[in-house]
Amino acid sequence: MEKTLNNRAWWLVAPVFFVVAFSAVVPLMTVVNYSVQDTFGNNQFFWNGLGWFGELLDPSTDLGGRFFAALWRNLLFSAIILAIEVPLGILVALSMPRDGWKVAATLVLMALPLLIPWNVVGTIWQVFARTDIGLLGWVASALGLDYNYTGNALHAWITIVVMDVWHWTSLVALLCYAGLKSIPDAYYQAARIDGASRWAIFTTIQLPKMKRVLLIAVLLRFMDSFMIYTEPFVLTGGGPGNATTFLSIDLVKLALGQFDLGKAAAMSLVYNLIVLAVCWVFYTVMTHAGSGRAETEIAQ
Amino acid sequence: MNRSSRGATLVMVLYLLFLMLPIYWLVNMSLKTNYEITSGVTLWPRAITFEHYIKIFTDSSWYSGYINSLSYVVLNTIISIGLALPAAYAFSRYRFVGDKHLFFWLLSNRMAPPAVFALPFFNLYSAIGLFDTPWAVALAHCLFNVPLAVWILEGFMSGVPREIDETAAIDGYSFPRFFVKIYMPLIASGIGVAAFFCFMFSWVELLLARTLTATNAKPIAAIMTRTVSAAGMDWGLLAAAGVLTIIPGALVIWFVRNYIAKGFALGRV
Repeated sequence: MEKTLNNRAWWLVAPVFFVVAFSAVVPLMTVVNYSVQDTFGNNQFFWNGLGWFGELLDPSTDLGGRFFAALWRNLLFSAIILAIEVPLGILVALSMPRDGWKVAATLVLMALPLLIPWNVVGTIWQVFARTDIGLLGWVASALGLDYNYTGNALHAWITIVVMDVWHWTSLVALLCYAGLKSIPDAYYQAARIDGASRWAIFTTIQLPKMKRVLLIAVLLRFMDSFMIYTEPFVLTGGGPGNATTFLSIDLVKLALGQFDLGKAAAMSLVYNLIVLAVCWVFYTVMTHAGSGRAETEIAQ
Repeated sequence: MNRSSRGATLVMVLYLLFLMLPIYWLVNMSLKTNYEITSGVTLWPRAITFEHYIKIFTDSSWYSGYINSLSYVVLNTIISIGLALPAAYAFSRYRFVGDKHLFFWLLSNRMAPPAVFALPFFNLYSAIGLFDTPWAVALAHCLFNVPLAVWILEGFMSGVPREIDETAAIDGYSFPRFFVKIYMPLIASGIGVAAFFCFMFSWVELLLARTLTATNAKPIAAIMTRTVSAAGMDWGLLAAAGVLTIIPGALVIWFVRNYIAKGFALGRV
């Protein structure tokens, strides 16, 4: 469907443009403003040029070391949860019931964790993992494990990863399920006539059809895990030590905890630029995949 | 075939069990007395008590948190949908200068880390005198909810054939009248889904809501964390408050069950 060119459509978009600009651009300007200044308190600011950025991007300084440590930690976290949630989500989507009341019931139950306020997600796992009052912690220590998520960095990581898998795998599964539902029955019938194996059906029919939704799922999961704050903040507070201090937690500590405005602002900008760059890459791939699909459909 | 479907059932049962266990544990705890919670792990409440729920519903410092949360969430949903409807229509029907860039810019705001905006929002809303009001949080959440609503609604609107617009124009409908009388009923389910997701993402967010409120408009989620750190852990009360925050989502999810994927995927499925 070809859209008509009409520049008066801007009038319809203008309200959104102004509200989002007010919410996004004005605050970002404040951040840019802070990022080039230094303060000794009392609202006295001094021009500091690109000093904070230099310090931030140099891992040998305090600020830079802290930033890169949080960045690698966050990237590692995102990589781990993508490696678990994407295959698990696909598996769950393939195992969804086909019809009847079970579909609706499963959908509702699966979506439940997605609708829980993020700090309550943290609270749920905080109580669930405690060895004295929580089922998970109690079972772990009953099995003789020395499980302690507040004192042991590895245990804290495992707990946060399991929490995130619990919280977000359903999102991947729901998206994949939506992709699978769009496959016409005729494809499966043809595969059955050809005597295709279960694995062949998966790799040649189901996976290609899920490509688009998987792309969205990876984008959303990467972005949301890259800016994760509330859940680990409630569960571990970034500890033990700095073991689970991800980028957002570090930034909030710097900005609202220590009120180190210049450093925090420089970090905000670099953080935001990374997000923007990744977002752009995905958007380009997504629109290309979309237009590619449209072309093949026309060709058929 | 039979064997693989049995395997599928097993996967589903295990997965749902994994999802439900922590939630069950929270509900279980909210119905126990604090003495029972701290004196050892019990798999179900031995003496069911509703004292924690009664406390929340009778103590205004608790239930006002729910009212505060609901008021900014509802405000935000109304603002987001109201603004997004015409914009989504424009994106779904017309090409115009900068449309693709604008669409991407909106998406990038959905992805922006709230932590980046916490401090500037604090300054901004203090400066214009909205700090500690539901309006501050409602407007702040527009940052990600307006783009979300535009993307979801655009997805639904693209499914409506354009001939309807043209027929209405020939029949002499003015654009506003056509939009309200004919077009909006056609995409009613889309509006419902977009509203649900605006409601949800505003409801689950805490960082900005907590930063932009002090006492008068404090959301329930922030009240929960504060009371817990006060002298002595009132685990039962914490659990009951947590259970009550799950309920709004659980109540409406039934109505959007077939659109959940579409909503989470920003209307791109």
